Amino acid sequence: FLGAGGGNDIQWCFSQVKGAVDDDVAEADIISTVEFNHSGELLATGDKGGRVVIFQQEQENKTQSHSRGEYNVYSTFQSHEPEFDYLKSLEIEEKINKIRWLPQKNAAQFLLSTNDKTIKLWKISERDKRPEGYNLKEEDGRYRDPTTVTTLRVPVFRPMDLMVEASPRRIFANAHTYHINSISINSDYETYLSADDLRINLWHLEITDRSFNIVDIKPANMEELTEVITAAEFHPNSCSTFVYSSSKGTIRLCDMRASALCDRHSKLFEEPEDPSNRSFFSEIISSISDVKFSHSGRYMMTRDYLSVKIWDLNMENRPVETYQVHEYLRSKLCSLYENDCIFDKFECCWNGSDRQVEFLSLCTSDLSSIVMTGSYNNFFRMFDRNTKRDITLEASRENNKPRTVLKPRKVCASGKRKKDEISVDSLDFNKKILHTAWHPKENIIAVATTNNLYIFQDKMN
Amino acid sequence: MFVRGLKRKCFDGEEDIEGTLAGIKAIPSYNLQRQSLLDMSLVKLQLCHMLVEPNLCRSVLIANTVRQIQEEMTQDGTWQMINTQSTGQASLDRLVSTDILCRSSRDQAEGKHVPGYGTFNKDFESDQAQDSSETMSTASSVQAPRNLQSNVWEMENPQENKGNFQKSLDQIFETLENKSPNSVEDLFSEVDNSYYDLDTMLTGMMSNTKMGHCDNLETFSSPTNTASNSNCKSDLNDLDHIVEILVES
Repeated sequence: FLGAGGGNDIQWCFSQVKGAVDDDVAEADIISTVEFNHSGELLATGDKGGRVVIFQQEQENKTQSHSRGEYNVYSTFQSHEPEFDYLKSLEIEEKINKIRWLPQKNAAQFLLSTNDKTIKLWKISERDKRPEGYNLKEEDGRYRDPTTVTTLRVPVFRPMDLMVEASPRRIFANAHTYHINSISINSDYETYLSADDLRINLWHLEITDRSFNIVDIKPANMEELTEVITAAEFHPNSCSTFVYSSSKGTIRLCDMRASALCDRHSKLFEEPEDPSNRSFFSEIISSISDVKFSHSGRYMMTRDYLSVKIWDLNMENRPVETYQVHEYLRSKLCSLYENDCIFDKFECCWNGSDRQVEFLSLCTSDLSSIVMTGSYNNFFRMFDRNTKRDITLEASRENNKPRTVLKPRKVCASGKRKKDEISVDSLDFNKKILHTAWHPKENIIAVATTNNLYIFQDKMN
Repeated sequence: MFVRGLKRKCFDGEEDIEGTLAGIKAIPSYNLQRQSLLDMSLVKLQLCHMLVEPNLCRSVLIANTVRQIQEEMTQDGTWQMINTQSTGQASLDRLVSTDILCRSSRDQAEGKHVPGYGTFNKDFESDQAQDSSETMSTASSVQAPRNLQSNVWEMENPQENKGNFQKSLDQIFETLENKSPNSVEDLFSEVDNSYYDLDTMLTGMMSNTKMGHCDNLETFSSPTNTASNSNCKSDLNDLDHIVEILVES
């Protein structure tokens, strides 16, 4: 993985960077979510200002076979606006917490975007022709004087400059008292779930005035509240199965066929605490910030503050693999608590599922073989489950040349710092990579720093 | 908020205090650090009541941390002692109830002013300075076993203090649950501007990524590490350090 020459090692190269160059970050430009669509042709980002920006990959250029198509802006729209909750005298942020794409069924694209309270279904459609030659209207839209109409003609479609329009088709509102942290589309492609801190609701994509509450962990007495829901996801293949993670480091798998209200889990995944590592921060760092099923649905991955864990759905009492993202922070937990960094919610993602590999690989290794997650100082990490190797890379404008292979980074935890290593105390904790995404089919990754989106791809020969 | 063991170390130098005070952690700095963590946590819970609804996950995690500290301190027995010091209690109350003061007209009628960060800082310092002289003089009295009736520090009801604390925590959660419609107006009308300075200061802390100011608390991450602090610092230096952590000056 470190480019030692192994056949399967990926060498990551800088491809593009999107966003403002200057260091002064406008609050509204902070990227809050990144998601490829099912084909990988479209890449959506949401930001703190409530905007969604969609990039589209150029069709591969035959003359430039050494690089894949670039991503260019395809559509930008304001998904959510700030609101005011009059009952509670509180602002509702317009920040986009999550975007999830629907699989494409016709010419238009659909995605769900959500802020803290409201989920919206957006239709993104192209218009590249327009009718011309109306009988009653001029080209500019003004109505003609009917007395001047002496002949009839049939309007025809003529090509026009491509216009991409986004329109909200459904608004799913008023179902969440607490802040929505996850949305997940079911494998039936008809329903989806939305999860807030204490409840999970099931929606039908066509119906906006009703949703079913399927999980409710709110205690009768709020003073007894000690645990919240942090993430939720539907199983990729089983349409009645979903999981949700908690702030205490547990994951519950629920089956909607068991009962209408899935308060009783079917499975509870929890790793016993390591007593030698116990501290006042143990619970906080065990809080799970993201959960993602593997492509097959046999495994799931969770991210807590210091590590990534792979769970086999058949084994509840401990993960099958644990990868340390930045263990050197363990001795700094108090500072990180003080500056609130300990509450940062890092996401994680699996590599794309290469269809060819899927056909050829037998039962030996799960397709989902590489996991990626972010860290501080604009570092991000990848772990190869098969080779057990890992790599740390940096998203920075210094590696700006396309097709330049990224240099691996190393953090020096203690002792003598080698050349090219960076010491823990020099890390910039304001530069955090919380959101990353992997193209569903190719080795292209999107990595979001605070306000920039980096696209890296593997070196093609 | 001064730990008795620290004083004894000043007097006794090398003496191992581990066995002398039943139920108290051997290393004085641990108690001090734990108290600092408690204070920091309480301040954090206060600050989340701004214009946007606070992050419930964060609040729950901080509250759980506070409860953990409280439980441990109760087991140690240090909870009782710390809470019976009147000035210590006042500063805790001030920490916890700042937010409540912003909302409750009852408290405003009593004339309690919401302390700006500057005043809080000064009060804290002056209280603790008083405190140190008090504790110096009563150091000998606390050497006696805790169950002695004559020990004035234990005559107050520790249960009530715990109850107050728990009540304050609960109030925080209640306000998270249903903020009263008047609260925002109260927030703006009565609050000293320096209250927001506290917030900007601590937000300033977030953008200043220097780790140095929390160095002494790093040993906190592993409570089994007991050998960290054998320096005999003066009480005021420790206080300054704690205030420095809170103030980020």
